Amino acid sequence: MSLRILSAALLCLGITVALGWAVLDRPAPEENLPERVTSAMPESGVEHPITAVLLNFRSYDTLLEIAVLLLAVVVALALREAQPDRPEQMGLENPLLRAVMAWLLPLILIVAGFLLWAGSYQPGGAFQAGSVLAAAGVLLRLAGVTTAWLDNAALMRAGLALGLLTFLGIGLLVMIPGVPFLTYPLAHAGTLILVIELTLTLSIGLTLISLFRLTPPYADDPDEAREQDAEAP
Amino acid sequence: MSGSLVFAWSGVLLFGLGLFGFIAHRHLLRRLLAFNIMGSGSFLVLVGLAQDGRGVDPVPHAMVITGIVVAVASTALALVVFRRWYRTSGRTDLPEDT
Repeated sequence: MSLRILSAALLCLGITVALGWAVLDRPAPEENLPERVTSAMPESGVEHPITAVLLNFRSYDTLLEIAVLLLAVVVALALREAQPDRPEQMGLENPLLRAVMAWLLPLILIVAGFLLWAGSYQPGGAFQAGSVLAAAGVLLRLAGVTTAWLDNAALMRAGLALGLLTFLGIGLLVMIPGVPFLTYPLAHAGTLILVIELTLTLSIGLTLISLFRLTPPYADDPDEAREQDAEAP
Repeated sequence: MSGSLVFAWSGVLLFGLGLFGFIAHRHLLRRLLAFNIMGSGSFLVLVGLAQDGRGVDPVPHAMVITGIVVAVASTALALVVFRRWYRTSGRTDLPEDT
């Protein structure tokens, strides 16, 4: 056992040293990417370079990323067991949390909206706003607040798919004048990016919330689980 | 120049630590944590090396933000799979490891 740990430690040490040396002795990149991004900024429709790269210059990455998120949540939904999703079982019977949520929730929503809007000219954007939305959903769940619209399966699935569908739809619609996939027309680039970011925020938030909700603290212990399954009708 | 190298080396160190944890531990949750540490290390390398003398390169930054969201989603998916595995088999590790 200790021989295994020792050899693993030596191997990892060797890899770390080799990687550190590779970082020090890396070849200079041939392409001057910062300069290319800066020179293409006027065509992007937004003012912040990272948002421009994410949603215009390399929007394929972002499109496939939201597809991966959707795939993850679809697999998680498929693996979900037929178990009662009881919010009262979240285990945090804490009146303080519920009271604080009433104050925090509007603030969280404002922060999410601001982050989404700020993405066009400073750090921020759909991912950050979506994560903040998801945090609000997780807190609501921990506080035991029941949200009827989150339990509506059809609505939830529509929300999960909305981001990818809108992104794909806009990417295909701009092809009508004969330009390649996902090449936004210059005049409408800013608006299109904002629409995409809005739907992405919603879908990312819902994805993270449902991934959290798909693992309720139902009996984890196998023996206990069998007992509960036997009790269930 | 040296500032960006400090970030990249910290990333390499995190990657090495995560790799060691990934090999040394059998428990699936510990492995998942170690794997996430490896991922964070590679993100740090990308972000650190993006600032060479010519200004900050936004392309790796955009890649890293995409990667972080995918890493969160895959971690959550792994947790769902692990819980299902534990519920069906009662084990916290894989039979091939022991």
